[in-house]
Amino acid sequence: MSEKSWKEIPIGGLILEPGASRRYKTGSWRSFKPIWFEERCIQCLACWNACPEPCIMVMDGKVTGIDYDYCKGCGLCAKVCPEKAHAIEMQAEF
Amino acid sequence: MPTIMGLSGNEAVAHAMRQINPDVVAAYPITPQTELMHQFAEFHADGLVDTELVLTESEHSAMSATVGAAAAGARAMTATSANGLALMWEIVYIAASLRLPIVMPVINRALSGPINIHCDHSDTMGCRDSGWIQIFSENCQEAYDNALMAVKISEHKNILLPTMITLDGFILSHTLERVELLDDDVVKKFVGDYHPEHALLDVDHPITVGPLDLQDYYFEHKRQQIHAMTQVFPVIEQVAGEFAKLSGRRYGLIEEYRLDDAERAIILMGSSVGTAKDVVDDLRDAGEKVGLIKIRVYRPFPYDAIRAALKKLKAVAVLDRAVSFGTFGGPVYTDVRATLYGNGVNLPVINYIYGLGGRDIDKAQIKSAFDDLKNIVKSGRIGEELRFLGLRD
Repeated sequence: MSEKSWKEIPIGGLILEPGASRRYKTGSWRSFKPIWFEERCIQCLACWNACPEPCIMVMDGKVTGIDYDYCKGCGLCAKVCPEKAHAIEMQAEF
Repeated sequence: MPTIMGLSGNEAVAHAMRQINPDVVAAYPITPQTELMHQFAEFHADGLVDTELVLTESEHSAMSATVGAAAAGARAMTATSANGLALMWEIVYIAASLRLPIVMPVINRALSGPINIHCDHSDTMGCRDSGWIQIFSENCQEAYDNALMAVKISEHKNILLPTMITLDGFILSHTLERVELLDDDVVKKFVGDYHPEHALLDVDHPITVGPLDLQDYYFEHKRQQIHAMTQVFPVIEQVAGEFAKLSGRRYGLIEEYRLDDAERAIILMGSSVGTAKDVVDDLRDAGEKVGLIKIRVYRPFPYDAIRAALKKLKAVAVLDRAVSFGTFGGPVYTDVRATLYGNGVNLPVINYIYGLGGRDIDKAQIKSAFDDLKNIVKSGRIGEELRFLGLRD
């Protein structure tokens, strides 16, 4: 919860700053989290393509991990991960 | 020099819109508002306005387009009636919560069913809690004047709330009256240019409109809307003062008619006020101390003004042209009663529901209300609080 009072915030719910959604960390919504296993990953990037946030971190064309600050735990990455590779597994958060 | 014309309420408001020349008007026709937008579309076709006229496929879309245009930074208007207003419902709340100063004439009509296209106030009463300012009109002149003033009220930097101006369906919307139109350039100067502080089309200052607002800030934004409503009265009075200088017509939050030494009075809104003034005059000629309170601004509700006006009276009747099912009586009655309790003003208040679905109200009916009040004052007994005028019992 933020601390600002009704007198201190822009009216009408306006957000006056571009790119501010970066500060809105949606990771707290998650009840299941994807776990990525580097050794099983075939670097097909299907998860990167499917992630709506995007939380699949990629460096030099290769997956390097998952950004849990924004991952809502939708599970799309695990769903599209090729069955043979099975590089992403969903795990209960609690 | 003002131009004097014979105009229906719809035409009068269409002329107001022509003179305001909004950036965007999005509309869908519905009886009895149709003629208003026909007339405005004619002005548009004749090149008399440079408005972007958006013809939508429903009222939900009309209000949505109006909200979109207003968020983009345009001075945007629409108009509707009854079921059309009901279809706008969802976006009506959004317009208010996004603090977009939209002005919308609502041609009051019964909210069906059974199916009915005639006047009562149930449509606007349905959204009296939506966060819009609501100003009722007694006649076509007032409807025209209200449309012009509403723009300035809504766009005032302390307010930034949408405004509904209402006129009674068919009774005003389709009846020709003598209407004085201000000169086009006078109106242009009065309403001025619209310079929104924030606009989507202001690409140098990018904003997000309508983001997710959950447990963290939604409550605070509602508190802001409540605060804006508390700022409305001084702005309405300031705008009315400026308008009086231009037109010679001065409007308050309420109008007290022959109330100074009155013992009994009725409270009502809309076109029936004119008929009721006639009854007051007749009874005054017969030596009876009666008066009338007309409510012009219904939201926010002018508690203080009404309480002050009621202080001098011995009994009062509130006439409602809408029902609030499952409560004491009509919505105006409930509001009037709420102004009294705990404020040292205590007098008998009774409620009449009248004119639903366009049922005629005549002078005899209104006189009977004054007669009932006379009996209440004499006997000290209130009796039935909820009564009906013009209903077959």
